Amino acid sequence: MSDTLALFIEASVRTATPLALAALGEVLVERSGVINIGLEGAIVAGAFGALVGAGTGSVTLGLAAAAMAGAVIGAIAGGFIAWLRADQIVTGTAITLLGLGLTGLLYRTIYGSAGAGLTIPTLVPLRIPGLSSVPWIGSALFDQPLSTYLVYLLVPLLWAGLFRTHGGLAIRACGENPTAAIAAGIDVRRIRFACLIASGLCGGLAGGTLVLAQSGTFIEGMSAGRGFIAIAIVVLGRWHPVGAVLAALLFGAAMALQYLLQAMGWSIPYQLVLATPYVLTLLALAGLAGRVTAPAALGRMDPGEV
Amino acid sequence: MRPAFLITRHRRLVAGLATLATATVAVVGLLALLLVATGHDPGPALRGPWMGSFGSAYAFASATLVRATPLILAGLAIVLAFRAGVWNIGAEGQLLAGAAAAAAIGLGWGGKFAAIGLVPGLLAGALGGAFLAGVAGILRARFAVLEIISTIMLNFVALHGVGYLIRGPLQEPTGVYPQSATLPVGSRLPTLIPGTRLHWGIVLAVLAAIAIWIVVRHTAVGFRIRAVGANPTAAHSAGSIDVGRTTLRVFIASGALAGLAGAVEVYGVTYALYESLSPGYGYTAIAVALLARLNPLAVLLTGTLLGALQAGGAAMQRDASVPSVLVSIVEAVLILAMVTGAGRSLVERRLHGKTVAPTDDRVTRAAVA
Repeated sequence: MSDTLALFIEASVRTATPLALAALGEVLVERSGVINIGLEGAIVAGAFGALVGAGTGSVTLGLAAAAMAGAVIGAIAGGFIAWLRADQIVTGTAITLLGLGLTGLLYRTIYGSAGAGLTIPTLVPLRIPGLSSVPWIGSALFDQPLSTYLVYLLVPLLWAGLFRTHGGLAIRACGENPTAAIAAGIDVRRIRFACLIASGLCGGLAGGTLVLAQSGTFIEGMSAGRGFIAIAIVVLGRWHPVGAVLAALLFGAAMALQYLLQAMGWSIPYQLVLATPYVLTLLALAGLAGRVTAPAALGRMDPGEV
Repeated sequence: MRPAFLITRHRRLVAGLATLATATVAVVGLLALLLVATGHDPGPALRGPWMGSFGSAYAFASATLVRATPLILAGLAIVLAFRAGVWNIGAEGQLLAGAAAAAAIGLGWGGKFAAIGLVPGLLAGALGGAFLAGVAGILRARFAVLEIISTIMLNFVALHGVGYLIRGPLQEPTGVYPQSATLPVGSRLPTLIPGTRLHWGIVLAVLAAIAIWIVVRHTAVGFRIRAVGANPTAAHSAGSIDVGRTTLRVFIASGALAGLAGAVEVYGVTYALYESLSPGYGYTAIAVALLARLNPLAVLLTGTLLGALQAGGAAMQRDASVPSVLVSIVEAVLILAMVTGAGRSLVERRLHGKTVAPTDDRVTRAAVA
């Protein structure tokens, strides 16, 4: 029983890792006032980038290519949203379609419709001596692939960056009151553009994690809605890096529970378990499960020159 | 001298048709470009999608118009919502909710009420979609929750809800496959043209487009919707319009249209409920609506165009083994072109009320509501 539980916690962390990576990027970009609906496109692009990069035989190159591919998608979204001032929501929907379409097309063009039996190097779990021996949670938290440690690294970085630096203050100003930010001499467009690239990069890493640390191969549309899940996670995590990681764990646990229930032969309808986090997010938004407030300018175009 | 409004209307029609023509040329051009880029010979490869969409009367009716039906209904849902400044991007979930409700009624009561036929089932579908969108509407009206986020959440709730239904209460009798039983013949939409797969749903879609056009263009309700979409503060203070109530009703009506799309798809095409019922109709509907410049009648044409694109994509994959994901790329480029390029000013005026950047209407809207 305790073994099963340890495995469940381990599976939760593993499932939560790509969600957390994507959500951390989304926290950043939403703090700047842009809701990046195109995150899904960045994740699937990252997954494909990882396949191509790791195809050279280097797993590091795979992860780097994943980040790059995601950043490119983020830059495309940024070009339309920040520079051409296109509507965020509509653009994001198109970017998701573009990411899914381009990766599918490139995959079939490069690897053929059969997909080929692909063998690429993968990220192996790195055991941290000492910490990984802590009962229950030790191996779940400290015997994981590199990308999980990336999350541990990104959380304090993002927190300090957002709340303890001038740059972070500028980003939050863009998200709360872009007009005032412009009046204060902040280049809202440039900041939002940079944040969109960064969130695309994080989405790319999330996609890279899916390929390099989980499935070991690329499947068309393998992002499977994780970009949208990440948006839910950001809401439930109250637009805070720490909150986002905890919310990612909750979503990860809900997904992992599905396998646990099946493994234990319990016939609880797991679709209802899967739907629970979304209902929780809605309740949180409605203020029934703790108060959450979105950045005031979220989803709105920057006001242009003052 | 012709009256000014006639000239405006005439110009708009010309501009709209020009957009559609440009879009059609762009679709074909893009397809050819992508085919060349991926090492295919565009000539033979493009023959497939042509034959599979417009090439024959059979293909046009059985493939293009069958796919256009849900796209038109869901596209109308988006048009109505966007016109009122409601960011409903949950048409996909509302479509699924409608499909589930319609399937439940169709399986339970199929053929029992011959006199009223499929009316209860189609109504249930509309109600299912309206309920899901209504949740988002109430969340916005009561708690100022952004519908961009809530409709995404509800998409997942609907998807997992359908996943539960087809493995639980609505699963087919043998209990093996994750789908519902096949609908009895009495619960199916009859074929419109014998010998094709085209069903009566297309008639429903055309009637819906005309009805929405009349409502938006020629009624007080439509005026209120447009006023709220253009500028909620002005609508409230100058027009003494109940912005909150109008918005909530738009949510419900928009969801009902998307739900109807799902019901029609179940009754006319799939005859059963399953998770992958919609190949993203709810998202493609955004392209349909934008390409139509949020004009309900134009949705009939743009829905058909994108229906043809999807039918052609399927044919291309079948005949020339060119991946049908090409279609998503073309759709994405079309959407991006509509929010930045030539169509921008018109779309944006209707999206945001004016061509300049939108102001803090979301906050004022929440405050007014």
